[in-house]
Amino acid sequence: MEQPATPRTDLNKGISRRSFLKYCGAVAAALGLGPSYAARIADALTSPDRPPVLWLHFAECTGCSEAFLRSTQPSVEQILFDTISLDYHETVMVASGVQAEANRDEIVAKYAGQFICIVEGAIPTAQNGIYGTIGGRTMLDIAKSVIPKAGSVIAFGTCSSFGGLASAAPNPTGAKGVQDALGVQTINISGCPPSPITLVSTLASYLLYDKVPPLDAMGRPLFAYGKRVHDHCNKPYGCIESLGCKGKKTYGSCPNVKFNDATSWDVQAGHHCVGCTEPAFWDQFAPLYSKEFTTKFFQDYAFIGKGKAVPKS
Amino acid sequence: MPINILTSVNTLEVPEGGTNAFTVTLSQRPARRVEVRIARSGGSAVLAPETTRLTFDTKNWSQPKSVVIKALADNDSNHDTATIMLYGSNLESATVQVVQKDGAAPPAKSTRVVIDPVTRIEGHLRIETEVNNGKVSNAWSTATLFRGIELILNGRDPKDAPLITQRLCGVCTYIHLLTSSRCIEDTYGVVIPENARIVRNLLLGAQFIHDHIVHFYHLHAMDWVDVVSALSASPRETQALAAKLAPTAEPIDFAAVQTRLKNFVDTGKLGPFSNGYWGHPAYRFSPEANLLMVAHYLEAMRKQAEIARLHAILGGKNPHLQSVVVGGVTCSGELSKQSTLDLFRQILTSARKFVDTVYMPDVKVLATTYRTDRWDSIGGYDNLMSFGEFPQSPDEPADLFLPRGIILGRNFGNVQPVQMDQILEHVAHSWYEGTTASHPYSGRTAPAYTRLDTADRYSWLKAPRYAQQPMEVGPLARVLVAYGSGQPRIKQAVGDFLSATGMDLPGMFSTLGRTAARAIETVVIAEAMFQWLDELQSNIKQGIRQVFELYSPSTTAKGEGFNEAPRGALGHWMNVSNGKIGNYQMVVPSAWNFSPRCSQNKPGPVEEALLGTPVADPAQPVELLRILHSFDPCIACGVHVIDPRNQKTYEVRVQ
Repeated sequence: MEQPATPRTDLNKGISRRSFLKYCGAVAAALGLGPSYAARIADALTSPDRPPVLWLHFAECTGCSEAFLRSTQPSVEQILFDTISLDYHETVMVASGVQAEANRDEIVAKYAGQFICIVEGAIPTAQNGIYGTIGGRTMLDIAKSVIPKAGSVIAFGTCSSFGGLASAAPNPTGAKGVQDALGVQTINISGCPPSPITLVSTLASYLLYDKVPPLDAMGRPLFAYGKRVHDHCNKPYGCIESLGCKGKKTYGSCPNVKFNDATSWDVQAGHHCVGCTEPAFWDQFAPLYSKEFTTKFFQDYAFIGKGKAVPKS
Repeated sequence: MPINILTSVNTLEVPEGGTNAFTVTLSQRPARRVEVRIARSGGSAVLAPETTRLTFDTKNWSQPKSVVIKALADNDSNHDTATIMLYGSNLESATVQVVQKDGAAPPAKSTRVVIDPVTRIEGHLRIETEVNNGKVSNAWSTATLFRGIELILNGRDPKDAPLITQRLCGVCTYIHLLTSSRCIEDTYGVVIPENARIVRNLLLGAQFIHDHIVHFYHLHAMDWVDVVSALSASPRETQALAAKLAPTAEPIDFAAVQTRLKNFVDTGKLGPFSNGYWGHPAYRFSPEANLLMVAHYLEAMRKQAEIARLHAILGGKNPHLQSVVVGGVTCSGELSKQSTLDLFRQILTSARKFVDTVYMPDVKVLATTYRTDRWDSIGGYDNLMSFGEFPQSPDEPADLFLPRGIILGRNFGNVQPVQMDQILEHVAHSWYEGTTASHPYSGRTAPAYTRLDTADRYSWLKAPRYAQQPMEVGPLARVLVAYGSGQPRIKQAVGDFLSATGMDLPGMFSTLGRTAARAIETVVIAEAMFQWLDELQSNIKQGIRQVFELYSPSTTAKGEGFNEAPRGALGHWMNVSNGKIGNYQMVVPSAWNFSPRCSQNKPGPVEEALLGTPVADPAQPVELLRILHSFDPCIACGVHVIDPRNQKTYEVRVQ
């Protein structure tokens, strides 16, 4: 059962320069830049002057943080040590309680107008925000005091972009996305979960030009949300729109970029797209399975090897 | 021209009981090696340099070197100041003013210690304790976020519930998807095909391996590991230690790791390591063991991303994989490719090697080291409950790989069966109306937020009880229930662990026992997954190919689904009326563990487990974090519904 030993020099130095540059080339392409930008992106991503980043958790499930932690090339550990200074992140940071709050407040005071704020989760606004508190303050209050002071605000995930699950009908806690709750401009990297590659590419663009990449009408970077899922889906086992697939109504990069080191994505795993990058998708696209799902799925996909891409037996 | 000592700052704030650093360079190239000495030249003795000398030579004179200043915790709330002087022969001296940022009120004989937010967990948690004469005498656990997902479920198509409830938690991203599917299959009377059962077990096994590794290294380790101490380790001795603990592990260049860590610290931006309790007297590892653990912290960060691919292979992605549906699994197309299962086996092999040669040896050295401070008797709880997991056939609970059962009063020789109708949820100390305890089928959730009052109501979590008893759930419950039930692989793995560490079975009821149980079951599950994978491949070869069962949804019915999540026993209960969800209730692991008091004023397991814990410094309660993190809190799951018809304006009392 033992796997042959693989060289592990990467552990000590981060990934090799060559594969990192290759990755930066991919980032450059995603951003619509020529291959010659790869080196500049590499420099921007490994500047010794790592910019301070505050990551705020509100009404969330931590899935967006988990998605970020699945970054490969550059690995999350390289991002944390070489790219950014992640000064507040409740899941990762060592400090707790007053020491944690002190970290956040210090960055806000010291780097006002400069720090990058990444937000995960919706903001509960009903009844003055009592449905979510951190350190005795409501999330709404924390959001109001921190987010407008950031140099750039990235809403990572559908909840902070558009409200997400917490805001689904009947929206018991008055949950809203950041832009909606505070009226500040945000870069919306929607998805449930969102793609970590879109986040790193957006950070690269920000570090390179000190400005945000072109956005669509809903504040999403066009390089990742410029196409409908259906338009660049390779339909590995045939088009599954009749099962309830929302690929024609959903914008995103999943078919190309995939997830987890480009291993797979939902449609490849035989499940249709549920439209998770779109506002209000839990309500707008409900029910998530078509009426005929059970019978159609049984007929076409219930047996290994009987999928539409392979000849029927 | 004299050479000046240049400092990155003129003044530096240091948190009370913590450290901060500035950097030093020289103004020009020295003719030969020079030494800069650092000392306090005036002011308060609570501030002191941890770095007392630096050397610069003709090559590195312009490269910043860091000076770490430590501020001791004291009994006042003054911001003490001191002058730190930097000097050396043939050097113009320099000074830096340092300020101790005092964070705590003077500790009286009885001190209230509040940790809010508790970090390195999923969700939002607040813990309040009363510390008397250096020991915890009372504790209250509060969930501080409420999303109302059960209410959002009402009126929807039951088939949508798995994907919706999955979003309760993105950390244990698979478990609600699975439990909800089981709940609806129970409601509709669907028995899933054997291959679907195996694929689901493989996905759940992958969740356990991933979750437990991330928990140990990224959520729990820093309660025991002092990162700053790792800077003074000898890489050569660390190498020797690593070879002794795990001779077959992949070698690591510890000098390179230490240099990387040092360069990171020298930037003065400590990122996630900022403001930790570094230098706390409760840290026990040698600098070498600390460096070893820091290297593994970094390695595990890469490894977890690789292990998560197991979910992507059969589930499309991680987090929030999407191949389990009511009736079975959807990945029939991927399962038809040999390459899919080969890749799964390859990554599983690599994951298992990490578990056997890194994770388990590290937990053993942790237990051996911290036993001396009696962490094998601190933080335990008396009652344990496991719903059991990994069905080996549709015959449940008889054919569960990890058995179902209850242990009362630490009597692990007497495992009793679980009767699901004995579960009631209490609300007397939670922000819900009334004081009636109900079974989840008839559970009513009428919110009544008052204010945070530990003498009255103080949490969004309800208080689940089994036959009126609070129950600890999670890895320790699973492992000891399995041990007491005679599960052979668990018995062997527990025996191996105890003989390697010198711990004993009663000592498993403890903080260390919980952390050990997590590693023990990871070893056993990772091993078993190979057998399940073989079974799946053998089925496919023999032409047993079904992964989804045809069914017709019931319009009026009720059902239940059970699961062992990495964090413990989980149940979903549902009523369907007119084909839609009428009522959906979830009783989650962290509600059991972190529950507030019940109608009988019995504290929850964590509230009880914290009692008697020594707290050396109330401003830096690392001892409390050890116990809290040993339960692996996952709070977002625990929050229940709020009724929008009952809207009032509430005030949040700031403690």
